[in-house]
Amino acid sequence: MLQRSICFSCQIAVCLSNLNAINDRQVFYVASKTCKTGHNRVLRRVSDMDITFLLNGETVALSGVSPTMTLLDWLREQRHLTGTKEGCNEGDCGACTVMVTDGTGARALNACILFLPQLQGKAVRTVEGVSGPDGTLHPVQEAMITHHGSQCGFCTPGFVMSMTAAHLNGATDHDDQLAGNLCRCTGYAPIIRAAEAAAGQPVPQWVRDDAPAAPPAAPFIPENADALAEIYASHPDATLVAGATDVGLWVTKQLRDLDPVIFLNRCDDLRHIEIGETEIRVGAMVDMNAMGAAMADLHPSYAEMIRRYASVQVRNAATVGGNIANGSPIGDNPPALIALGATLHLRKGGSRRTLPLEEFFVAYGKQDRAPGEFVEAVSFARQPDRLRCYKLSKRFDQDISAVCGCFNITVDDGIVRAARIAFGGMAATPTRARTVETALIGQPWTATGIGAAQDAFDADFTPMSDMRASARYRLETARAMLARYFAEDGGQTVSVLEVSA
Amino acid sequence: MSVTAPLPHDAAPLHVTGGARYIDDIPTPAGTLHLAFGQSGIARGRITAMDLAAVRAAEGVVAVLTAGDLPFANDVSPSAHDEPLLSDGTVHHVGQAIFLVVARSHLAARKAARLGEITYEEAEPLLSVEQALNADSRFEDGPRIYEKGDAATAIAAASHVIEGSIEIGGQEHFYLEGQAALAVPQEGGDMLVHSSTQHPTEIQHKVAEAIGVPMHGVRVETRRMGGGFGGKESQGNALACACAVAARLTGKACKMRYDRDDDMVITGKRHDFRITYRAGFDDTGRISGVEFTQYTRGGWAQDLTLPVADRAMLHADNAYLLPNARIESHRLKTNMQSATAYRGFGGPQGVVGIERVIDHIAHDLGLDPVEVRKRNYYAEAPDADAGNTTPYGQVVEDFELHGMTEALLASSDYAARRAAIAEWNASHDIIKKGIAFSPVKFGISFTLTHLNQAGALVHVYQDGSVHLNHGGTEMGQGLFQKVAQVAASRFGIPLEMVKITATDTAKVPNTSATAASSGSDLNGMAVKAACDTIRDRIAAFLAERHQADATTVRFADGQVQVADASYTFAEVAGLAYAGRVSLSATGFYKTPKLEWDRIKGRGRPFFYFAHGAAVTEVAIDTLTGENRILRADILHDAGASLNPALDIGQVEGGYVQGAGWLTTEELVWDDKGRLRTHAPSTYKIPACSDRPDVFNVALWDGRNREDTIYRSKAVGEPPFMLGISAFLALSNAIASCGDAYPALDAPATAEQVWTAIRRVRNGI
Repeated sequence: MLQRSICFSCQIAVCLSNLNAINDRQVFYVASKTCKTGHNRVLRRVSDMDITFLLNGETVALSGVSPTMTLLDWLREQRHLTGTKEGCNEGDCGACTVMVTDGTGARALNACILFLPQLQGKAVRTVEGVSGPDGTLHPVQEAMITHHGSQCGFCTPGFVMSMTAAHLNGATDHDDQLAGNLCRCTGYAPIIRAAEAAAGQPVPQWVRDDAPAAPPAAPFIPENADALAEIYASHPDATLVAGATDVGLWVTKQLRDLDPVIFLNRCDDLRHIEIGETEIRVGAMVDMNAMGAAMADLHPSYAEMIRRYASVQVRNAATVGGNIANGSPIGDNPPALIALGATLHLRKGGSRRTLPLEEFFVAYGKQDRAPGEFVEAVSFARQPDRLRCYKLSKRFDQDISAVCGCFNITVDDGIVRAARIAFGGMAATPTRARTVETALIGQPWTATGIGAAQDAFDADFTPMSDMRASARYRLETARAMLARYFAEDGGQTVSVLEVSA
Repeated sequence: MSVTAPLPHDAAPLHVTGGARYIDDIPTPAGTLHLAFGQSGIARGRITAMDLAAVRAAEGVVAVLTAGDLPFANDVSPSAHDEPLLSDGTVHHVGQAIFLVVARSHLAARKAARLGEITYEEAEPLLSVEQALNADSRFEDGPRIYEKGDAATAIAAASHVIEGSIEIGGQEHFYLEGQAALAVPQEGGDMLVHSSTQHPTEIQHKVAEAIGVPMHGVRVETRRMGGGFGGKESQGNALACACAVAARLTGKACKMRYDRDDDMVITGKRHDFRITYRAGFDDTGRISGVEFTQYTRGGWAQDLTLPVADRAMLHADNAYLLPNARIESHRLKTNMQSATAYRGFGGPQGVVGIERVIDHIAHDLGLDPVEVRKRNYYAEAPDADAGNTTPYGQVVEDFELHGMTEALLASSDYAARRAAIAEWNASHDIIKKGIAFSPVKFGISFTLTHLNQAGALVHVYQDGSVHLNHGGTEMGQGLFQKVAQVAASRFGIPLEMVKITATDTAKVPNTSATAASSGSDLNGMAVKAACDTIRDRIAAFLAERHQADATTVRFADGQVQVADASYTFAEVAGLAYAGRVSLSATGFYKTPKLEWDRIKGRGRPFFYFAHGAAVTEVAIDTLTGENRILRADILHDAGASLNPALDIGQVEGGYVQGAGWLTTEELVWDDKGRLRTHAPSTYKIPACSDRPDVFNVALWDGRNREDTIYRSKAVGEPPFMLGISAFLALSNAIASCGDAYPALDAPATAEQVWTAIRRVRNGI
């Protein structure tokens, strides 16, 4: 029988006796019980959990936590730590940025789409914990004041946290580190001046967190892939949460109740990138920053696309597996992987199967994944780098692609020998441009030689118009991307990001 | 001591530590309730049935209100009483508030608000300019027309004529702090309202009407906003009134804040414009006559559309002496969010119109657009022969742009870079570059003349510390710090002795919105008056004590000198208190010289003009239309700046926001009138890397020729228009792709640039 319960409305824990539970879609509602704030219906979900983490250096142990309680709401509403702000509640503005430390180091994350169970066994630092115990300001705080980096101040705590994490990690690519923090007042120039001024200052000891000792076991936060396979097989209706950069919005924007929820964040054995002699294998829980770093030498154009794929905060959370499993037609990672000829590794319980990645995407919102089956890894062959990834969006950073075209074209003796080309944003799923590929193979690698392939785009794609781009623009720029690939291969400057005044 | 100092924002230490409180951070009484609106799903129609049973039954719901449940006025309009808080049965846009949910948590209110089942009799919405014109759907009887001379005759007689049209998109404010209000019921039916508003008096006024009390029964307090930009001039009324009504009903504190998507769907944005033009000019590019027709979509309610459209007309000249001009303005009523104030208040749209004309003329004649601009500038000072009058009859007496232009062209190395860009473009097929200069002359004052007034309240305590209050609100612009500098300077005391306090309708009544860039001009003068009143009292008291002349008493460096004696300011305050001298005073200011007839379009709507100029260089990708700002150089006229650091902050931020408006920030509605870009995932304000790689900003070394507070100039809005140089630079880059004029529309998204390139290259 349930001993603890939490209020459905305000998420405050309530002790229960004389339970009068009804089973409603695996949600145990308890009538005739009132929580502290007066709500008359309380419940404990099957996947409500007990979690432990550090908050600004202090241990926090919570029990009966709703799996979809966000860190932001908990900080502001339960802890009254209101320095962390809600700007958009979807991970796009960075006003809620906090710093989270675990065995892999410290990273900036968006608290608005970070569920409490994702913090299991980690350390969280908020803007309230960035100054020293005696009130001494952190160097980035000091610099933000002296360089006039705040005006209205609402985005400032988020900037301070991104800057604190970057400062701790010694990162000085400030534009990239702050791409996920929007400021409407300053035009960013004084914030960058502040970041540059703070860069040389020592890291204060007080912001260096250690992750707490291993927390108690929680079945819905499995510790490895085997445990995940087991719990997912027994709860095939569960929602899997990897980085929550997509599922987070189901909760904060669609206001969906998810239950049960299985969190993958402690499955460290899914975080490996194995770069072998002939093959590269990427675990499902590899985050996009790790993926970007791994691709920097092997496929630099892919790494550059990942840089623009999302902000640091989102890339710190988003995973390779999650971006495949959610089946989005506008995810940027699948086109690149498809162009590399990637194989998807799926697992259900103890059984595994593989399939070419492009075959996983069956139709809009439909993937070739059975209940209880999850993405374990993706792999592709080591190969000479012929991959170019072209991401087209309204804004360069932290924007969803209108078109993402990935081209992997092998030329030998002036003749195209192989071509794998895949697009996001051009169809209901990430899709290969098979007619274009066929039209290229065997043709001379010349401006006229690619002409037939240019025409073939019409056969492969009938894109749609939406708020990001018109169908015509999508089709014509997809075509133009082949011309760009050819020009880039010939040594021309093809990106406005490469030129300066 | 000198009033001018490049001091940081007064709240910066609070900003960086998370200690600065915004509405949602204020500790609330136990039992505080949370509100959300049930919104319309259609753009136009009539409600035939409303089933709110599921809403009422939802978890945590305390009450659900519809229009019939409102006790008093059902109106949150700042102008024409045409904006019901809750729908009166008709529906005018997607997102309009239909019912109000009062619940125990923010989340419970949001969830319940989606459960309403509303049946409509749907009508065809008026969305486009054409639809509105065909239906003659307007906010005034017909078009408003301002005229100077005879433009049609001048154009007919000109040796060259161009004509064209430009679409100028709207803009979401995207203040980082969404709209928010908290109402706390007081004894005897009074109400305390904390509101994130630029206009506490308006909130007070509308809340008083909503709960049926005189204005004295409502106190509104605003410490700061997390950004405003005009979006909190009138758009906070609905939340404050909803909270007050619910608080009156339940006896509990009530809080409402819009989720970001709700904020973007419900609230008004910058007015979009279509401007058609015809201009006649000579071989040198000197304009003899110009005609503009401005069409703007004002959305469903009047709000501030009339003065916004007026200001667009008033800036149709920008920096140029137009011998003959005709400006016709159509204020269209459409089934969309009610467009509202946004930094520049229509001015930027008017400026884009004339800058487009100049750019088009220069292209037509094959001249450097800078030369055409200079040839059409107003004269430096009034010139009886040239007239130097605007199309609305105001004489331009303080034109600064001749000197500023030469200085900026030199500091930005414009000529050499223009030549280098031509070379680059001749040798590169895919990436092209462009460069452009643009000036701004912006009229300072509210065009509704009576709003140009301000009040202040200053107390000096017996320990010499000073409590400062005025009618202006702080939204990040640094107004409070500038005004505190004024107060410290008047008393000759360190800034730390001046306590900046929240704007409060109980301290200073009948205030104007902090808008029209007027904050420092108006409130600085009012505070100066209040401080001087107290200072004069203290001086008279000390003079009598020391048998000295009161005019010889000096307040400086924390000391007060009288005859041979010197006191600290604290000692003087103690002495004056003991001497029964009143150490509290109000101050008042009204802007002089204003006289304006908005119907005739004649008079002097502006006390003075603020100026600025920018040179921007861009690169475009001719394959995809992707584009980027490479460098911007700016010279801006803040008069004798009170705080150069804060003013440069306004210039940098204004430029980036202005460039964002004209490039990546695209609002898209579908054919049902649903806004498709209602979150930062789909609506793209500039991010960090979108600012210019090279960004040189300087202030013009000048002083206001009019008698403003320490001869400074307003700086909030004018630099926004410097972003127009980025748009013109894109046009310049596109023009290098062929012979035709690019006729670029705004915002110049990658797709828009790509479309213009094809037009220039292929004539399609």
